[in-house]
Amino acid sequence: MSATPIATGRSTSGIPTGRLAVWWVIASEIVIFGGLLISYIMHRLAHGNWAEQAAHTSTWVGAFNTLVLLSSSLSAVLGHKAADAGDGKKAAKMLYITAFGALTFVCVKAAEWTFEISHGYTITSSTFWSFYYTAAGLHALHVIAGAIIMLIVAQAAKRNQHLNRVELIGLYWHFVDLVWIFLFPLLYIAK
Amino acid sequence: MAEAAVPALHDEQHHEQSFGQKYLWSTDHKMIAMQYLFTGMLMALVGGFMAYAFRMQLAFPGMDVPFYGIVSASEYNALVTNHGTIMIFWVAMPVLLAAFGNFLIPLMIGCDDMVFPKVNRLSYQIFLLSAVVILGSLFVEGGGFAGAWTAYPPLSAKAEYSQTPLGSSLWLVAVALEFVAFLLGGINFITTTMNSRAPGMKFYDIPMVVWMIVIASVLFLVSVGPLIAGAMMLFMDQNVGTAFYDPDRGGDPILWQHLFWFFGHPEVYVVMLPAVGITADVICVFARKKLFAYKTVLYTAFGTGVLSFTVWAHHQFIAGIDPRMAHIFTVTTLLISIPIAEMIFVYIATLYGGSIRLTTPMLWALAFIAEFLIGGVTGIFLGASGADIYLHDTYFVLAHFHYMFYPIAIIGTFAGIAHWFPKMFGRMMNETLGKIHFWLTVIPFNVIFIPLFILGLAGQHRRIYDYTNFPELAIQPLQDLRVLATVALLVMLGAQLIFLYNFFSSMFKGKKAGKNPWNATTLEWTTESPPPHGNWAELPTVYRGPYEYGNPDREDDYWPQNEPV
Repeated sequence: MSATPIATGRSTSGIPTGRLAVWWVIASEIVIFGGLLISYIMHRLAHGNWAEQAAHTSTWVGAFNTLVLLSSSLSAVLGHKAADAGDGKKAAKMLYITAFGALTFVCVKAAEWTFEISHGYTITSSTFWSFYYTAAGLHALHVIAGAIIMLIVAQAAKRNQHLNRVELIGLYWHFVDLVWIFLFPLLYIAK
Repeated sequence: MAEAAVPALHDEQHHEQSFGQKYLWSTDHKMIAMQYLFTGMLMALVGGFMAYAFRMQLAFPGMDVPFYGIVSASEYNALVTNHGTIMIFWVAMPVLLAAFGNFLIPLMIGCDDMVFPKVNRLSYQIFLLSAVVILGSLFVEGGGFAGAWTAYPPLSAKAEYSQTPLGSSLWLVAVALEFVAFLLGGINFITTTMNSRAPGMKFYDIPMVVWMIVIASVLFLVSVGPLIAGAMMLFMDQNVGTAFYDPDRGGDPILWQHLFWFFGHPEVYVVMLPAVGITADVICVFARKKLFAYKTVLYTAFGTGVLSFTVWAHHQFIAGIDPRMAHIFTVTTLLISIPIAEMIFVYIATLYGGSIRLTTPMLWALAFIAEFLIGGVTGIFLGASGADIYLHDTYFVLAHFHYMFYPIAIIGTFAGIAHWFPKMFGRMMNETLGKIHFWLTVIPFNVIFIPLFILGLAGQHRRIYDYTNFPELAIQPLQDLRVLATVALLVMLGAQLIFLYNFFSSMFKGKKAGKNPWNATTLEWTTESPPPHGNWAELPTVYRGPYEYGNPDREDDYWPQNEPV
């Protein structure tokens, strides 16, 4: 209906508007996960016996998913590099690889949860499992949402449109990655 | 707003708009501000009506309340819960933060719109949805949520306690949607102010009200996250069967109190700072004087923001927290009164030696300072853990709270509306009606809540449907105070009809305002009233600070920000 306002193109702070906004989005997400994880840590410290429950999580599956997510961040960085060089096609390809990493992550997660639920470890089994499914579930929702946005950005990047958005989704992806870096030791390694 | 003047620049895209495009589907920041303002005003009527219903029950227990009927005990709980929720999240937030933020930020920093107009529109739409959900929750089976606006578990988590299985969940969904709306809006406010200021506008040239709205948005963004996580956990406790807050099954109900108040206390400052900012701008214009110690006010606001994250447990002094911890929170709570007191002194210093004009907006601004002072001073009693053990959960807390929020959400808002109405609608409000409305709002406000302080000191605890069952509280002198407060409420609510009449009749029939009816210096007064789409035909450049009044070298007593030397 209306053209982009002049305001959107201004950059008084010297930081491009899109990047600035993504950082603020990330700031708001940090406190959401921060609140959840601090609640978990406080509980965990108060209940030594949760370790018995945590012993039933699979460190190896978690480690594999960590590897998948970290690798997908690499392709996001390569996509950003390609976008900076003006190569939209290559940037799109890198984003598709990243999204494939996201898909792998979610599939592994689904298989892992199916296994755990079928062995009786459900979200209502104990407060540890409640935190386990809630925190990892919220993170998985971010992975899925990030992957969908990534595909939309890649569609445009393929036609060399909105190449700056490749960097923005990359920033967000690193954040999603970083959350997992906290979740993995807290939910899987600490036993 | 209907006959907005249209500049040649945007003419071709503007005149073809249908009603829906212009009023419902607009991305223009001014229209979104109006949507927030009118939704907020509508919700204020709902919240006010709720207060009317439950105050009538308290003054005349068992009475058949006109326009409502008999208030049952469970309805009473739902009414107080939703009165609090609606007044904070659907009146104070949308009007002070979203309506004024949307309207003022682009106009005061000299750009044509928000940086993300579509995100802005989405923000309002989610907000509207949240308002529909909270209103709808009042009519579902079991009635609206009745577990108090703080939603402490287990009352909020277990349907067998609250008796409102659906109402509780819908309440939570509505609040969560509202948070999303304000996160989107807040990111827009912050980014716009950081990146889209007019050329020449440095940090210290930004009008104080814009600063305050931006700082409030940052505070909201940083504090709300843990509560979003907490709300998610509460929702799962309600609907999935988890036990995050259930001590029988390994959870902890105090966790919710921490998460809620970690947000809840900064939230006080989220709505307070915009009102403080509005007051700063209004008193400078009508005292014809530069804001005393601009930088001090700004740094004080930063300090308040940081400190506001360290005081939350003063809401939990009797919740079983460690008394040593209570001491620490007493100290931080008393500390935070210092910056607030400082702001009040700065405003008084601004007034000192000014040529004060007692227009309606100025009366509201002065009332804000005076009434807010009472709220602040009574807070000191509650912040000290020793005194709080007696006063906790009495009407003293309730009266203190309303002496904070009423000046913020009602008096501050009226100051803002009276001041910027000419810019919003291009016409002046009637001053005589405005002053009558002012006195009939501010005097009854004190007559409502001073008796409640006394009742609280007498030991009247909150959230009680009917005091006749408490022999020590059912005595006649105390009942007289309850009746007095209720009668004052009726007067105050009636006076709002004067405002509504003044507002809507002035919108269409008021005196034409012209560009700058108050001879003010900030940028919004340099464009047409109401501002056209795109705000200015040519965007302004800034040459000086926002409050250049009474410069001895100049003929006019004001020096607009955009005027070259």
